[in-house]
Amino acid sequence: MAELTAKQRMEIPRNEMPAQDAKVRAGNYLEVALGYSEETARAEAERCLQCKKPKCVEGCPVGVRIPQFIKALREGDMAQAVAEMKIKNNLPAICGRVCPQENQCEGQCIVGKKGQPVAVGRLERFVGDYELQHRTCPLTKAAPTGKKVAVVGTGPAGLTCAVDIAREGHKVTMFESLHTPGGVLVYGIPEFRLPKGVVFGEIDYATQCLGIDIRTDYVIGRTLTLKDILEEYDAVFLGTGAGLPMFMRIPGINLNGVMSANEFLTRVNLMKGYMFPEYDTPVKIGKKVAVIGAGNVAMDSARCAYRLQAMQAKEGEKHEVHIVYRRSMEEVPARGEEVHHAEEEGVIFDLLTNPVEVIDDGKGNVKAMRCIRMELGEPDASGRRRPVEIKGSEFDMEVDTVIVALGTSPNPLVFVDADGLERTKHGTTVANLETGRTTKPKVWAGGDIVTGAATVISAMGAGKRAAADMHAFLSGNGTW
Amino acid sequence: MADTAAATGYKIVQKETLSDVTKLMVIEAPQVAKKAQAGQFIIIRIDERGERVPLTIADYDKSAGTITLILQEVGKSTMQLGAMNVGDTVASFAGPLGHPTEIKNYGTVVCVGGGVGIAPIYPIARSLKEAGNYVVSIIGARNKSLLFWEEKMKAVSDELHVCTDDGSHGRKCLVTDPLKELLESKRRDVAHIWAIGPAIMMKFVALATKPFNAPTTVSLNSIMIDGTGMCGGCRVPLTEGAQFVCVDGPEFDGHKVDWNSLMSRLQFYKPEEQAAVEAYKHKCNLDIAAEKGGA
Repeated sequence: MAELTAKQRMEIPRNEMPAQDAKVRAGNYLEVALGYSEETARAEAERCLQCKKPKCVEGCPVGVRIPQFIKALREGDMAQAVAEMKIKNNLPAICGRVCPQENQCEGQCIVGKKGQPVAVGRLERFVGDYELQHRTCPLTKAAPTGKKVAVVGTGPAGLTCAVDIAREGHKVTMFESLHTPGGVLVYGIPEFRLPKGVVFGEIDYATQCLGIDIRTDYVIGRTLTLKDILEEYDAVFLGTGAGLPMFMRIPGINLNGVMSANEFLTRVNLMKGYMFPEYDTPVKIGKKVAVIGAGNVAMDSARCAYRLQAMQAKEGEKHEVHIVYRRSMEEVPARGEEVHHAEEEGVIFDLLTNPVEVIDDGKGNVKAMRCIRMELGEPDASGRRRPVEIKGSEFDMEVDTVIVALGTSPNPLVFVDADGLERTKHGTTVANLETGRTTKPKVWAGGDIVTGAATVISAMGAGKRAAADMHAFLSGNGTW
Repeated sequence: MADTAAATGYKIVQKETLSDVTKLMVIEAPQVAKKAQAGQFIIIRIDERGERVPLTIADYDKSAGTITLILQEVGKSTMQLGAMNVGDTVASFAGPLGHPTEIKNYGTVVCVGGGVGIAPIYPIARSLKEAGNYVVSIIGARNKSLLFWEEKMKAVSDELHVCTDDGSHGRKCLVTDPLKELLESKRRDVAHIWAIGPAIMMKFVALATKPFNAPTTVSLNSIMIDGTGMCGGCRVPLTEGAQFVCVDGPEFDGHKVDWNSLMSRLQFYKPEEQAAVEAYKHKCNLDIAAEKGGA
């Protein structure tokens, strides 16, 4: 086939990714987006202009070699596509599914200036999935350095740091407080968006290739403290995330039926509550659910809740899930795609609405949520228009479950016996954003523990930068 | 650092039957035993489908690397665990979690243990005794068959009062009776009281000691999943606002706990718990029937 011109490439329409029908998927936990076939992936790869100065790479927090992997892909050289990918990204099957590409690579894509951007995320996912099946490129590592590194937390930041630092020949041990590695990828992000098989596939593959030890059931701050770890390891990376849920200070917030998004998602995802009693952990969901908040976690909670209701509902029984958010659709912090999926599946958006009280049924259970209508006023410090209460507009919304998805802060346990490790007033760790170095020698940190709740890929980026600096430190003269 | 890979699990090395529904299990978990202190708890998960169950540490042996648990078979998981034997393994075992009891020489202290709560009160009484306190212990249960560790408690206490609801052993009374008598008699200046047992018992202990302004610490066991502060399911309303049992507790000032809210929260998953027990019993019966049929 003759080489296409740039103009011809730009005329190829963006290839849609097949997905489960909205009506069907709202009643199951199977993955929504089904992935490209090889044929579609290669057709989509033809759309890339192979820019000399690729803007997409600038938009990527880990600097994936996007034009190079796409070129290999369209030439049908999968091994090369995988090899290019793995130079910068060790977990492509995960990133391809959960990165907010519209703000990153695809947001910068030149093809996207006039039409639809190249579907970099879908291509990344295709390469990642191919690799999980074929395993063409076992990660290699440098000769052992004799240095020992501890990585606390096995979520995106920790995993990325562990893989990168292990490739340099350092011996890595990871510590996980829960019974299974993966962090938020496992307890938070639902199966229908990121199948656990994909997460475990990526983790097993990387840890086996590189000889990384993972110790589950180790709660750092309790089972071991940072002080204990520093006695045995040459360097430590803290990637414990932001796991502590925040509750609103309104009356009735401790009633039965009010839970954090973390509790709800953990019951559903980590503990597989949707398969109770086959699995031991139950999860209770009402007929009418209010999810407070409109971030990605709120969307995940709402979509999980809707599925759970559908699976438990009797024939013809009505059920509803509402997103309750105090600003307007324009300010919704969740990814557009997530909002779109939630709406398609039947989630109802109650915008410019703020809860003021959760009301008791007299037996300690939720009966309703009192809300007040809001309007947008002047922009606030965040640049978004401040929501202001409309006096006298209170109304009661009948609900039997309330899920609070208003954000999380870092877990303080890791700071036990960690003298010299400074924290901000928000509970996050003070760390250099370029190097990940904290205020305590030999301790690096990255991801949500430093930034507060953010995205999977920004945590991966932080893990990567910390690994690079850690390697320089371990191979240098050891000055902090 | 011992490498207890979760792949191999944590081994049950000793098992004792304390009553029809109360079992003692000693489990090998050196990394937990190394750090364990009185007042803390662990989270256990039996197998790949298991729930994460918080259980208070009844004893620990740092040199043997073991943790002793005492379980009352009231739910599906405790029944399943109670049916396991020496040599079997559980999939996960994390801890020690929560803050330990603040052990020091207070003077005279009272340790109240009700039912299965006798287990976690034991290491606290022992540690308080070792710290030089005059330890008055009060243990109680519905009937004689549910009582255990009387001799062990006696060995670490200066006084031991034993109560049963039905009078089948010790004195026929509630644990609050000898406690109130002690406080009213003023024969000793009680500096601090610990109470561990069913929520209703701890509530009444707190009510009994309130008029005397006697500092009263209770150890709460609420519904929780991760045990590390992540889910917030264990939150308990106190006078100054809600706190998490797993990271802020498990011990709290009994006079500040909103007992009605706590007890209501404990009931929330009762229908599911009962359904799980029934499904489990049904499955066990089928297994027994299958074994008989095969034999």
